[in-house]
Amino acid sequence: MRTLEQTTQEVVDLATKHFKVTAGSLSPSDDFFKKLGIDSLQALELLSRLENHFGIELPDYEVQGVSDFRTLAERIQSRL
Amino acid sequence: MKSFSGKALRWEWRDGIVELTLDREPANEIGTVMLADLGEFVRTMKTFEADTAACIISSAQRRGFSAGADLRELYQGAIALPEKERNAGVRRFVEQSHEIANAIDAAPFVTIAAVHGVCFGGGLELALACDIIVADKMARFAFPELRLGLIPGFGGIPRLKRDLGNALVRDLLLTGRSLNAARAHAVGLVAQLAAEGESLKVARSTAAQITKFDAAARIAAKKFVKPIPYEELRREVEIFCELFKRPAVLANLKKFVESTEAMPYLP
Repeated sequence: MRTLEQTTQEVVDLATKHFKVTAGSLSPSDDFFKKLGIDSLQALELLSRLENHFGIELPDYEVQGVSDFRTLAERIQSRL
Repeated sequence: MKSFSGKALRWEWRDGIVELTLDREPANEIGTVMLADLGEFVRTMKTFEADTAACIISSAQRRGFSAGADLRELYQGAIALPEKERNAGVRRFVEQSHEIANAIDAAPFVTIAAVHGVCFGGGLELALACDIIVADKMARFAFPELRLGLIPGFGGIPRLKRDLGNALVRDLLLTGRSLNAARAHAVGLVAQLAAEGESLKVARSTAAQITKFDAAARIAAKKFVKPIPYEELRREVEIFCELFKRPAVLANLKKFVESTEAMPYLP
């Protein structure tokens, strides 16, 4: 069973790879909308990646208002 | 007419297969232009349907198959008109979309929606009018209409009820949440999963297989297994038009159109 720290790191790593940013440039407390300059459809792309990677379903309404990787990881953790 | 290039889409017929490509920035939103081009496709179908075994509907837009109704156009059109004309205009639009979806649903050839990215609202309704949905692993499906104070108005609910269990229909409609492609495949909404970016390739392979079969048998089989729920579809139009009259709908459309939030698509 993953720890929250592991989950958070995997979320950051997946976002780094998906949005093709420099490794190490994202941190768990970053606001991913502001840091990555993404919109809602791009956020849904990340959601698909995360769901596929972790093998979970994460309803969109559970990420309403979530803008940092750590909180996103907490939502995912509760589904593992 | 075996090929066409419009403002929102193009199609080409070759060797018994029509490929219809949606291509309107940013995400194939369904407004008057898309509807006009889809209407042209439906009107032209008769000229090639006898020679056609399959039709693939796909998208050339990176964001996905279709994000659904063009809410900006809907709002701008609605606020420009007095109430009576506005409601009449919405009814015409919805009825036109139903005519198109019904024609695609009843087409004598097999229709395949090759989906990637977002397939939301009216986009999902267009896919549901098809016989088979092929989706790549990044596709997402949703009916977010309740967020606006509406229900899906392009025939999606009767078709989803026809194809899948009512529990799933309730889940999608009443929560507005989006399903990923894996889940959509698990519940039977998606027939085949493709690798990212490969849904069109998989759809082409499926279409090629379909061309091998006897046309009369294919047509008879499709008619037999795919009843079109005309009565429910008509009821959907009435419910949609009734809901649209409420001031809350215009207020929600305004909120969506004017939103500066990063995630206006989320409920």
